[in-house]
Amino acid sequence: MSNQAPLLELRNIKKDFFGNQVLEDINLTLREGEVLGLVGENGAGKSTLMKILFGMNEIRETGGYGGDILLGGEKVSFATPFEALEHGIGMVHQEFSLIPGFAATENILLNREPQKKSVLSEVFGERLNTLDRRAMGERAEKAIDKMGVHIDSDMIISDMPVGHKQFTEIARELSKEQLRLLILDEPTAVLTEQEAEALLESIRGMSARGIAVIFITHRLQEILNVCDTVAVMRDGRMVQSVPAKETNVQEITRWMVGRSVNTAQEDARPVPETRTILSIERLWVDMPGEIVRDVNLDVREGEILGIGGLAGQGKLGIPNGIMGLYDAGGKVTFDGQPIPLNSPRKCLDANLAFVSEDRRGVGLLLDESLEWNISFPAMQNQNKFLKPVLGGLVKWRDDAAIREVTQKYIEELQIRCTSSRQKAKELSGGNQQKVCLAKAFALNPKFLFVSEPTRGIDVGAKALVLKALKKFNRENGVTIVMISSELEELRQICDRIAIVSGGRIAGIRPATDSSEDFGALMVSQVV
Amino acid sequence: MNSNKTSGQKLLGFLAANSVPIMFILIIALCIPVVGFSPTFLLNEIVTRLSRNAFLILSLLIPIMAGMGLNFGMTLGAMAAEIALIFTSDWQIWGIPGIVLAMILSIPISAALGVLCGRILNAARGREMITSYIISFFMNGVYQLVVLYMMGSIIPIIHNNIKLPRGYGVRSSVDLTRIRKCLDNLVAVNIAGVRIPVLTILIIVAMCLVIVWFRRTKLGQDMRAVGQDMEVARAAGIDVERTRLISIVISTVLAGIGMVIYLQNMGDMATYSSHSQIGMFCIAALLVGGASVDKASIGNVFLGVILFHTMFILAPSAGAKITGNEVIGEYFRVFVSYGVITVALIMYETKKRREKAGIGQQLAAAQKEEGK
Repeated sequence: MSNQAPLLELRNIKKDFFGNQVLEDINLTLREGEVLGLVGENGAGKSTLMKILFGMNEIRETGGYGGDILLGGEKVSFATPFEALEHGIGMVHQEFSLIPGFAATENILLNREPQKKSVLSEVFGERLNTLDRRAMGERAEKAIDKMGVHIDSDMIISDMPVGHKQFTEIARELSKEQLRLLILDEPTAVLTEQEAEALLESIRGMSARGIAVIFITHRLQEILNVCDTVAVMRDGRMVQSVPAKETNVQEITRWMVGRSVNTAQEDARPVPETRTILSIERLWVDMPGEIVRDVNLDVREGEILGIGGLAGQGKLGIPNGIMGLYDAGGKVTFDGQPIPLNSPRKCLDANLAFVSEDRRGVGLLLDESLEWNISFPAMQNQNKFLKPVLGGLVKWRDDAAIREVTQKYIEELQIRCTSSRQKAKELSGGNQQKVCLAKAFALNPKFLFVSEPTRGIDVGAKALVLKALKKFNRENGVTIVMISSELEELRQICDRIAIVSGGRIAGIRPATDSSEDFGALMVSQVV
Repeated sequence: MNSNKTSGQKLLGFLAANSVPIMFILIIALCIPVVGFSPTFLLNEIVTRLSRNAFLILSLLIPIMAGMGLNFGMTLGAMAAEIALIFTSDWQIWGIPGIVLAMILSIPISAALGVLCGRILNAARGREMITSYIISFFMNGVYQLVVLYMMGSIIPIIHNNIKLPRGYGVRSSVDLTRIRKCLDNLVAVNIAGVRIPVLTILIIVAMCLVIVWFRRTKLGQDMRAVGQDMEVARAAGIDVERTRLISIVISTVLAGIGMVIYLQNMGDMATYSSHSQIGMFCIAALLVGGASVDKASIGNVFLGVILFHTMFILAPSAGAKITGNEVIGEYFRVFVSYGVITVALIMYETKKRREKAGIGQQLAAAQKEEGK
């Protein structure tokens, strides 16, 4: 390793999204050929940091960043990912960025194909050059050799197992001659154990060639196996940066989830030992990006059950599958009655309610008033807020009752609005979330799924939402299942917390258990 | 998942994938004995229609490659060709020079219309087919405005046999007798009573070679990439909008040239209706040849022309023999065309949905296996 200026240096990187600070004072140095493992919970700021480094559009569109990026001692600022590529930074994203009908070779050299000139291209311009298939094959093979994992360069992407798609992407980055730094964003998430092992081996190979690697993963053991340095992020700060040799999985987990103050609830009650009200057996759900596999879970009457886990592990798939919003299979029994899957109406009829994480898409009628939003599901499904006219021949909307109930929830949940007739889209995110809750409360459900109720809302609204949920549970005896990526928030209001990992339930523990225990469960079966 | 299919399943899969051509082959096989045409007559008709239509249908291939579906906007190229032919007829440039000039004149018009169409289709991403269909209706109105009101008043038209008696506007039929089959007859041979327009067929073969070559160019590769995944192509630095625009322009220009070939064979041009159904018949023929919304080959073009048009050669006589009514043939032609397009669109959507549902089935199957 050279003693010159480090390959990459980040100095005091800051980033806020409209006043919401997501990164603060990030400092990082990376030498040539160094492998850095970057870990942290979802929302810790890893992705944002990588987006800044890679010059992604959304960073510039949201007001840019603070601090300096130095590449080989020179200050750089990339306006587009293409500039980052020119400077030798490559990135393999979590989502595949491959053309499905193309062979590996064509994808590896996409838009960088070696070409041959012809008479027609002299006349009509370079785009009519023919592709030099032989040179393409050679260059692709060279990149694959560099990677050290063998894949068939003639295989069509859509016929490939997932792992090979991942390797094709890596080979694409390696085929760029100028590559000096490769960012791998959870590359092993889709790999089998053997493939993951092969990838780690290939990372070692790249490092030996002088290519620095930033390796983001939730599989901590891999980090220890392959990285020189481990950097841990939490809440937008770099909390630790140590040589991998000097630490272990337990310690990293503690850094990842650890909070300076323990936020577990003070008024924790003993976990209710009541009968099972909702029983889930062998549930699978095909929700893109949140696939659920073989989930078995019993929910007790009157409890608040939290479902936590890292993003993409399937926790959102559970309520969405049961409520019929995504294709699902398995057996769900509620209150002794089987609930047919793939049928939202049947769920509502059985007195289940769902507050979706997709507030604006599924949760609200954006162009309608608060009154309508709050009363609509109850009117539609339970014939509430309707008064019979002409001896019941026609049912008329009972506007007075609607206004009354809306007013009640506006006060109870402190929804900030100009009137109950204001349109839902004009409210802030936090207040929209409160409307979603009010809508579910108005159904008077026996059972409530709440999915990511505090995502993207400010601290004040967060506290109110959590308080309202707790109150609704305590006063009306409604069983609540709350899904959230924020473990601390689950620990604040839940009785028990189930952790989903790899599409399955990794374990269920009382909310009073330590954060470290839950952290270990989160990464236990990550796929 | 595909590895453990039995040969029976494979056969079923093949039948399902090619159901449209197979159905046509069956219908034709049934019609031939009923009608009792001589093979020479039938072959002559097929060769004529092949040389007349193949170029037009080839113009559809490139937008399919670029993921823009069936280009109903090829009608715009047909209109450009008709405007060009009105001019060459008025200037009384006949024969091969007339045909070549008409082709050359049609290019700037169809290119301009293609740019317009391409721009609109870029704005209507994901709904290219319905948009191009409606654009062709809209442009038909513009075409009528130009031909019916501007020609003769603003745009000079010299000869009275083209102008309407009122002094402006073009007659509902333009006589192309003096360029009729000029191209087809320039080099033609007779083999066993079947007349083969060698030059026209050579032009079509040349066009096929150009398409094969085009697929291997950088631009062709970019189009295939854009057609399969616009976002990935964009991330790789390909100018997606421009690539799509070029594919539509090429298609429209080729359709214009194809329309000149088509009309020289017919020898007569219905000013206000020649173009109106040409897009639909070409698309139907391509689909009958086994193409789909996202996949079409040169083979599909030729199989399609042969099957689709053989049926129309047979249908009137078969209709007359069976029902005693000749008109049934024309009715059948339109009815089948729309039917084929509808079936192709439905099959495309079901295929997409089935692929999606496949993931769920895999999950369920994987779980079942684990449970054992």
